[in-house]
Amino acid sequence: MSQEWPLWEIFIRGQHGLSHRHVGSLHAPDAEMAIKNARDVYTRRNEGVSIWVVEAKHISATAPGEKGPLFEPSESKVYRHPSFFDIPEEAGHM
Amino acid sequence: MGAAEKLAEMTQEQLVQYLLRLGDNTLVLGHRVSEWCGKSPVLEEDIALANTALDLLGQTQLWLGRAADVQGEGKSADDLAFLRDVWDFRNVLLVELPNGDFGQTLMRQLLFDAYHAVLLAELVNSTDATISAIAEKASKEVAYHLERSRDTVIGLGDGTEESHNRMQAALDLLWPYVGEMFHSDAVDAAAVAAGIGPDPASLRPGFDAIVTAALAEATLVKPDSDFAHKGGRTGAMHTEHLGHMLCQMQWLQRAYPGNKW
Amino acid sequence: MYAQMVKSTGSGAKSREEMTPDEAAFQDKIDADIKIEPRDWMPEGYRKTLIRQIGQHAHSEIVGQLPEGNWITRAPTLERKAILLAKVQDEAGHGLYLYSAAETLGITRDEMTEQLLDGRAKYSSIFNYPTLNWADIGAVGWLVDGAAIMNQVPLQRTSYGPYSRAMIRICKEESFHQRQGYDIVMKMAQGSPEQRKMAQDALNRLWYPSLMMFGPSDKDSVHSAQSMAWKIKINTNDELRQKFVDQTVPQAEFLGLTIPDENLKWNEEKGGYDFSEPDWGEFFDVLKGNGPCNQDRMATRNKAWDDGAWVREGLMAHAEKKRAAKLAAQQAAE
Repeated sequence: MSQEWPLWEIFIRGQHGLSHRHVGSLHAPDAEMAIKNARDVYTRRNEGVSIWVVEAKHISATAPGEKGPLFEPSESKVYRHPSFFDIPEEAGHM
Repeated sequence: MGAAEKLAEMTQEQLVQYLLRLGDNTLVLGHRVSEWCGKSPVLEEDIALANTALDLLGQTQLWLGRAADVQGEGKSADDLAFLRDVWDFRNVLLVELPNGDFGQTLMRQLLFDAYHAVLLAELVNSTDATISAIAEKASKEVAYHLERSRDTVIGLGDGTEESHNRMQAALDLLWPYVGEMFHSDAVDAAAVAAGIGPDPASLRPGFDAIVTAALAEATLVKPDSDFAHKGGRTGAMHTEHLGHMLCQMQWLQRAYPGNKW
Repeated sequence: MYAQMVKSTGSGAKSREEMTPDEAAFQDKIDADIKIEPRDWMPEGYRKTLIRQIGQHAHSEIVGQLPEGNWITRAPTLERKAILLAKVQDEAGHGLYLYSAAETLGITRDEMTEQLLDGRAKYSSIFNYPTLNWADIGAVGWLVDGAAIMNQVPLQRTSYGPYSRAMIRICKEESFHQRQGYDIVMKMAQGSPEQRKMAQDALNRLWYPSLMMFGPSDKDSVHSAQSMAWKIKINTNDELRQKFVDQTVPQAEFLGLTIPDENLKWNEEKGGYDFSEPDWGEFFDVLKGNGPCNQDRMATRNKAWDDGAWVREGLMAHAEKKRAAKLAAQQAAE
């Protein structure tokens, strides 16, 4: 079997000014073709205005085992959320 | 400018012929490209080719729809696509040639896309508002087709020894069908006079610039001969291939006349 | 379904007492509807079963392009041609999404493709039936996609994250497929006598193969029990088949078409239709390779793959040359 085209992760920014979002993967021989393939595969229904591609092997990720130390400490910081504060209605919209 | 004024420069029949040339090119090529669906070398290419075919089909509906309107016989784009015989088709021979291998299909695509892109860039300035609007929409689609076919031809030409040889063979086979795209006749002269569209011969430098650069990067050699087969855009003599294509394409409409699908 | 008779590894779902601590923690997550992600710990059986199931699903999308693709060049109007081409293209896309989901489990698309092409991997039995008249294209959308959707909608909630996300995207895109199919059949059922004949003919041939898509009854299957515990299978085959029949019968009645089953009858008590089982002997024949189109389908896919090898290699070689040239230029500049 000949060498398979590398795997790319595809990120697309939609119409409404949101950030690029991971939409899926595909194969392509290089970055330029990955962008074109992403255009053809992942924007068939007018889903995007901008495409990022990253070769899958270049993505670094958090390890599942670190979920506790990484993410649980923020659970107790409830004061970061606006709903933590009771503001009287008389004070108006805030 | 309204249809009536244009008739001074271009007869109604000439304008219909002109629109048929545009619409038959996209109809026949779109059909050919759609034949790849499910059979491409890799999924990503399968999806990309289908997008190209869909664009061409969409353009066909617009061009043939306009042709039917100008004709004024109450026909639809479908009537023109499915109920004309070979001698009424006005596409260039290049687009009706069979797909061959993937390299031949992509080489044909590059040659047509390069012509199509420079043609549409001119048609955007047509005095006919409908033609101008269709060209405006189509030129964006075709800019992408060209980018993709050019990159693929370059990649395959410069790839392995086998891919290089196959691309050179495809170029040698298809080159004699390039010249027809730039032939002019009375219909074109009338179109120029009416400001409807450009003289095909005037498109050649733009085409050459695109194709020469692409072939150089693809390490492919343009054949010496400028011999050109002709007969498609006038309808005088198509290849044998078009008849077979129409047998398939028109079968249901022919076998069950008047049915609604 | 698109994945039929997927065997899980092992002898069925383990009881809590039999589970290792890892397995118990894994099952807890699934029971709590927490998605399993590629780098999370998972039992080897879960991984293998998923590869098999997602692979089969992906292969079905790819082979499934062929029966419908059979009519792209013969579609009767420009609009029908465009719709059909867009739909068959979607199937290629869905195959791609599913292969990608399986690739997160440690198998490559090329490996899965090889498994399909040499017959080790299966695809849905339905795609080994021919499309013989234009109404078949309608019936495939109406019945085959209709049956597939029955299975795919619940699979959006499946436990494996990448699979679930692929199914969500697929279901969103598929929503027009069944409708366009019904639209074709409707036009024909209301059309000329010849068109009505085509529509009825399509229904006659595709009804039982559609029922077979759900697979034989699996209420006693240990494999299904394990897959359901893992939430990679959500409903039993019989549940889905019943739901499909109940949904489809009124649709056929509306069209004035007759479902080819003398035993079809509304059962007030169970609140659903009684209906005849398909011929399971035929089903197993098709799985073994003896369906009407098995050979053609595999020959077409093999030819596409073999003929495409030089293209895949050529474009890769060019990309590598470009990369090397860029590197050399960078080094020269330093």
